[in-house]
Amino acid sequence: MSADQSTPSPARGPAIQVRGLEKSYQKLHVLRGVDFDVTPGSIFALLGSNGAGKTTVVRILATLLKPDGGTAQVHGLDVVTRAARVRESISLTGQFAAVDEILTGRENLVLVARLRHLSDPGRIADDLLGRFALTDAAGRRVSTYSGGMRRRLDIAMSLIGDPPVIFLDEPTTGLDPQARLEVWQAVRELARQGTTVLLTTQYLDEAEQLADRIAVLHHGRIIADGTLAELRQLLPPATVEYVEKQPTLEDVFLAIVGDTGTGSTGSTRTDATVAAVRPDGTSS
Amino acid sequence: MTRHFLGDTATLLGRSLRHISRSPDTIITTAIMPIAFLLLFVYVFGGAIETGSDRYVNYLLPGILLITVVSGISYTAYRLFLDLKGGTFERFQSMPIARSAVLWAHVLTSLVANLISLVVVVLVALAMGFRSGAGVLGWLAVTGIMLLFTLALTWLAVIPGLTATSVDGASAFSYPLILLPFVSSAFVPTDSMPGPVRAFAEHQPVTSIVNTIRALFAGQPVGGQVWIALAWCAGLLVVAYAGAMAVHHRKVG
Ligand SMILES: Nc1ncnc2c1ncn2[C@@H]1O[C@H](COP(=O)(O)OP(=O)(O)OP(=O)(O)O)[C@@H](O)[C@H]1O
Ligand SMILES: [Mg+2]
Repeated sequence: MSADQSTPSPARGPAIQVRGLEKSYQKLHVLRGVDFDVTPGSIFALLGSNGAGKTTVVRILATLLKPDGGTAQVHGLDVVTRAARVRESISLTGQFAAVDEILTGRENLVLVARLRHLSDPGRIADDLLGRFALTDAAGRRVSTYSGGMRRRLDIAMSLIGDPPVIFLDEPTTGLDPQARLEVWQAVRELARQGTTVLLTTQYLDEAEQLADRIAVLHHGRIIADGTLAELRQLLPPATVEYVEKQPTLEDVFLAIVGDTGTGSTGSTRTDATVAAVRPDGTSS
Repeated sequence: MTRHFLGDTATLLGRSLRHISRSPDTIITTAIMPIAFLLLFVYVFGGAIETGSDRYVNYLLPGILLITVVSGISYTAYRLFLDLKGGTFERFQSMPIARSAVLWAHVLTSLVANLISLVVVVLVALAMGFRSGAGVLGWLAVTGIMLLFTLALTWLAVIPGLTATSVDGASAFSYPLILLPFVSSAFVPTDSMPGPVRAFAEHQPVTSIVNTIRALFAGQPVGGQVWIALAWCAGLLVVAYAGAMAVHHRKVG
């Protein structure tokens, strides 16, 4: 399951390197010089509001769109001039689940395994169905799946062939809290195995929970880029005060529906009193 | 990645054929309009149409077969459009596969689906009294011409499939094509038409294809018409294929 198995990275540089990336749609100048690096085996979150250009960056990296200026490399290979080679080491989970509604879940997985020219597509499909809790629904047409099941299938399809670099465009938008935690768990598991993950999100907490490094895309540029700790330092010094933390609605929801499937967040601090760290906010 | 072209096309063809086998209504829908025309023209208008042949259904069937294909190819545009809309197309294009395999799979699926629709229409025509004097070679020749015609029109259908912005837009392109057989020798002999209309009818592709198939069905010599028919099909194929590839290239780079 080593991430380097299918395509070893030629140099031990960044897994993804983006420099001065520009893109316009007609008159709309969406990307105005985007720069960032992603370290191999890390989780990198691209944070931005609606229309910030997150999907545009991902589509360029996934060789689906040509930039107007600047460069983007995956494992040192240019996404424009070496697109075919880049496709061998990447996998894309787009913003909207790209699953075949008419086929069954299992057939979707087998299809992708065949297209990746792997041996024993059936076994690969069954493994993933198990990992993503879809075994019971394996033989049903995807048109009967819930949104969460679709998204899980969609992500499972992207993992086939163990590509060393994975792009996830808003992987948890539209999911219920439980499905969201499941996706987070799957992403962490990927990184643990050495896969480089670039994900986009509009949710601050998602970036906070998952990412080793966070970049904020705003008005066509990266306006902040660093670890969570580094980004916190951009704010004025925090003051520490003790407050009783009311359970969030998410905590309540997860507690009453039972098993979260992950247990890594949420349920353990349902009624705890915790230290809340707040910036003192006097500067604004 | 061209070394995988055949394998990838076969895999994706299997996927599309599964779509068809799970919604066979697309085949029925394709065949309904041509069958309705067949019934209408044979049993309602046919008695008043003077074609010089003993059975009007024998005269009519070749044109109806072309209409069947025209109504069938819009499903290629439709399925391609759905793939684009649903993100499946981008998923495939971001994978290390032969990129044109995605298009070829849809095109080959169209050949299979249209062939089935054509068989359905021919069976209905046989039930209505259609009889052919053609031998095995004649039927093979008809099949070959129909496949070439379908191939050319399917590549044409790929263009709206890739560029349309709505489902209706993806299939609307075939409506004007359905009118072409009406201004040809498909329903009535062209010599009954007034001058300019007749000139158009005699020099548009449908007439030469229809006349060739009619001659093959009748077991008569096809004459020079067959070359004109083949030239039209081949010409259309080249133009449509080049157009579709150009659009595809612009789309995926
Ligand atoms: N094909 C296109 N043609 C024209 N404009 C486009 C096209 N694709 C995207 N845009 C515009 O470019 C801007 C950035 O789009 P993009 O999809 O990259 O944003 P995003 O950050 O992914 O947003 P969201 O959070 O809503 O998914 C938006 O204003 C969008 O309307
Ligand atoms: Mg987006």
